[in-house]
Amino acid sequence: MDYGLLSSILHAILVASTPLVFAGLGALIQERSGVLNLGIEGLMIVGALAGFATALSGFPLLISVIAAALAGALLASIFALLVLRLYANPVATGLALTLFGLGLSALAGAQYVGQAAPQVEAWNIPILSHFPIVGHAFFSHDPLVYLSITLAILMWWFITKSRAGLILRAIGENHSAAHALGFSVIGIRFLAIITGGALAGIGGSYLTLVQTPLFVEGMTAGRGWIALALVVFASWRPLRVIVGAYLFGSVSIIQLHGQAVGISVASQWLSMLPYIVTIGVLVIIAGRGNISHKAPGSLGVTFKESK
Amino acid sequence: MIFVEARSEIHWYHEWIAVFVALSLTVVTASVLLAAIGLEPFSSLQRVFIRPLNSVYGVSELIAKATPLITIGVALALGFRAGVWNIGAEGQLVMGGLCGGAVALAFWGIDGFWVMPLVLLGGSLGGLLWGAIPAFLKVRFNTNEILVSLMLTYVAILLLSVMVHGPLRDPDGFNFPESRLLHEAATLPKLFSVGRGHIGFIFAIFFALIGTWIVKRWHLGFEMRVTGLSLKASKFAGYSRGRTVWMTLLIGGAVSGFAGVVEVTGNIGQLVPNISPSYGFTAIIVAFLARLHPIAVIPAGLLVALSYLAGEAAQLTLRIPAASTQVFQGLLLFFLLGTSLLVNFRVRFGRAV
Amino acid sequence: MKKSNLVIGLLVLVAVIAAVMSFEPSETKKRVAVSGKVKVGFVYVGPVADAGWTYEHDRGRLAVEAEYGDKVETVFIESVDEGPDAERVIAQMAQDGANAVFTTSFGYMNPTIKVAKQFPDVKFEHATGYKRADNVATYSSRFYEGRHVLGLVAGKMTKSNTIGYIASFPIPEVVRGINAAYLAAKSVNPDVKFKVIWVSTWFDPGKEADAAKALIDQGADILMQHTDSAAPMKIAEERGIYAFGQASDQAAYGPNAQLTAIIDDWAPYYVRRVDDLMNGSWSSTDTWGGFDTGMVALAPYGKAVPDDVKAIAEEARKAITEGRLHAFTGPVNKQDGSPWLKPGETADDGTLLGMNFYVEGIEGSLP
Repeated sequence: MDYGLLSSILHAILVASTPLVFAGLGALIQERSGVLNLGIEGLMIVGALAGFATALSGFPLLISVIAAALAGALLASIFALLVLRLYANPVATGLALTLFGLGLSALAGAQYVGQAAPQVEAWNIPILSHFPIVGHAFFSHDPLVYLSITLAILMWWFITKSRAGLILRAIGENHSAAHALGFSVIGIRFLAIITGGALAGIGGSYLTLVQTPLFVEGMTAGRGWIALALVVFASWRPLRVIVGAYLFGSVSIIQLHGQAVGISVASQWLSMLPYIVTIGVLVIIAGRGNISHKAPGSLGVTFKESK
Repeated sequence: MIFVEARSEIHWYHEWIAVFVALSLTVVTASVLLAAIGLEPFSSLQRVFIRPLNSVYGVSELIAKATPLITIGVALALGFRAGVWNIGAEGQLVMGGLCGGAVALAFWGIDGFWVMPLVLLGGSLGGLLWGAIPAFLKVRFNTNEILVSLMLTYVAILLLSVMVHGPLRDPDGFNFPESRLLHEAATLPKLFSVGRGHIGFIFAIFFALIGTWIVKRWHLGFEMRVTGLSLKASKFAGYSRGRTVWMTLLIGGAVSGFAGVVEVTGNIGQLVPNISPSYGFTAIIVAFLARLHPIAVIPAGLLVALSYLAGEAAQLTLRIPAASTQVFQGLLLFFLLGTSLLVNFRVRFGRAV
Repeated sequence: MKKSNLVIGLLVLVAVIAAVMSFEPSETKKRVAVSGKVKVGFVYVGPVADAGWTYEHDRGRLAVEAEYGDKVETVFIESVDEGPDAERVIAQMAQDGANAVFTTSFGYMNPTIKVAKQFPDVKFEHATGYKRADNVATYSSRFYEGRHVLGLVAGKMTKSNTIGYIASFPIPEVVRGINAAYLAAKSVNPDVKFKVIWVSTWFDPGKEADAAKALIDQGADILMQHTDSAAPMKIAEERGIYAFGQASDQAAYGPNAQLTAIIDDWAPYYVRRVDDLMNGSWSSTDTWGGFDTGMVALAPYGKAVPDDVKAIAEEARKAITEGRLHAFTGPVNKQDGSPWLKPGETADDGTLLGMNFYVEGIEGSLP
């Protein structure tokens, strides 16, 4: 086994998975509050453009990422307004959001096609990054990779340990009961939606700032949908989103390497693998019949304040 | 201040008011946007929305575009009513097109009245099979049908790709990824002398009527509605959640598959790597625009189809890029969805009670 | 709202049917004679801003406008799906008074033929296909001539003797490109190896970038691609290796990485055909143009390309342009060792058009 190659493959898996981690977390926090947002793809691409455009104007990575988050949050607030205040159907509104985001980014982004963003420097973690294999694979990444993992842990803490997280979950599980207890269902869901939008926006910007790194319209190429699938796969748990994203990334990257070493199967079969593996793992997890895999009770149900 | 309050009684015209408000908002917004980029609003809108329909040809094409949206929209409306989230109609459509197309190609050059029904049956079975997988996994393992049906969509699209790049490739086609052109006996008859509006539209209307009947009359409709509304209530009434899942996904799969084979035999006339511009996903929007009423799926499908035609007309006559028509479509949908509020709620100006 | 929905639905249905009936079935093909302004339509498969395939077609369209000014009007519809939508869009252009319609992707072949039957007075031109009619011409470029030159440069410049190739789908066009590049690289570097990754998509920058990284990690120091985004070029730039631009000059993405690029230059063809249209000499032709017609061009060589390699590449280009050299010249065996071209024999266009085999020496099998 070529250890250098192994290390590179692991490195590539982390990079390919990171947009999915961000977007998956973004979908997760919304769903935990009981909001099903199918517009992740639209939020991602708008974030992708905002981050890219900011970086092109010479701003540092941090500012670009913030811009991406703001763009995602802004677009998500349209969704929030429609779904929370105007009681529009969330499934259809999410789909419309995707359409709108793809169009908007294409329209505003046409001027940026053909330009290249500055390269993002890797942060080599002291000592750890010098270890053989794992050093390059795990500890020599751009800051956003570390950020994605940190955010997942933070979100895990927030949802399971903090009081605010408890309220969020209560609202997601049974909004009428939470409302009766005096919590602002609408207010908290609004916060969850714009946070989710910001995270999806950052996920998109990872594509344009690090992974590819360029902007072309429609370049999210379905990743927003994968992120949605990941949340279910992760049974609404932040840390499992990481596992799911890395698993998905692994299968995608390993099939490319398999081809490069000359394994010849029709490439479409290989491209199917991530999807089939996801279904397989889902069956295994669900087959255990653990109640904790259930979706939030009020997921996708419109909340109407009644007097 | 503006307040909303629940209507005590909902009348049929409330839905019409909502649609009218949404369309008015869309027209006003579009006019402002058009004026902002220096186009004369009225004539522009007329050229984009009215002119595509100003001929039999245009109507025929509108019908062709709306057919799969209506067909699938009806099936999805039924499923969504029952709380079964089949997001993978696109995959079921593709499998229907693939299987039906494969049957047509297997009998290529053979004439007979039985070919067409066999092809349609093959397509429906293909979609049915693809809908059966999430149903089986849901009932047996309690996996989430959103995820499974969505994942299967990507698998179906890749499967179609494998087939048209390989076994189903036109033997005289220089190895390009396309099947032979289907022969006459495996092509759906057209409705008009011009355009591609085909008999599939009649089926779509038929489905909408059947769907309405199911929802209103048949036992299943009630059962689906109840299990969709509350698991507890349905258990109390003795309805089986498993049966509802099977029924809705099998119906959804078969009908989507039917839409796929109709698209292949009526519109495209051969198998190609992409037989659907996301009809399966757009149909979800259509189903919700219709507020899950099967009969209302017909106007909703026609309206969404028109928005696509208008997008092309806008590029052609107004020189607006494709992306802006997408933005516009998004806005139209936002308005339509946002104003659904007006159906169930009353907007009141004044002070809070 | 129980019974009322049914009523509403039926009303709408009746309205639609009534609307359909009220139209007169005679008016459809109102044609404007070719007088004064000539209207030319283009159907694009991607967005104009794709920095690749469609972008170059649109540059061709703009060249037509620049050349003929007021005498011509051009229209286009972008991002037209190759599925059921294509036929409608093509027909709409013809209906709208276009005198000629260029359909610029393979998937538009049968829709173009179908529409052409309905509009016998309109001239159609379909790119990269093989079906023609009295009013349907076909055109394509011999990109493999460009690939030959790229192969020479790659073979000369690789240090690791490994060329990475990102391919989309195993269609003849792509297979031809791989074979042409490989044969050329092999001719100047007997040790050269090609690693091919099929990504099953024409456009997914993320996936193309991942494939580029995988190839580099596996030892490739030069990348070629037959997919549409510039992501592999950008990755090559970041990793400090070399790559070739696809369809369009991609030096902006890889100022150091780009060795050269195959540029699809449709302008000369479009300008010529519109001229034929205006002076009435248009006829259904089958054009497969290479360097000689200007339809295949190369971007300026990158600064990394040494003079001796430039000289070899330029000589090959000149030889191909003048017809002295064919990219597929025997002896060439197929991958399984069976002979294909005898020494000195050149490939016929029919075989090239339907090419579905690797030549001897390429590892792996065609998917």
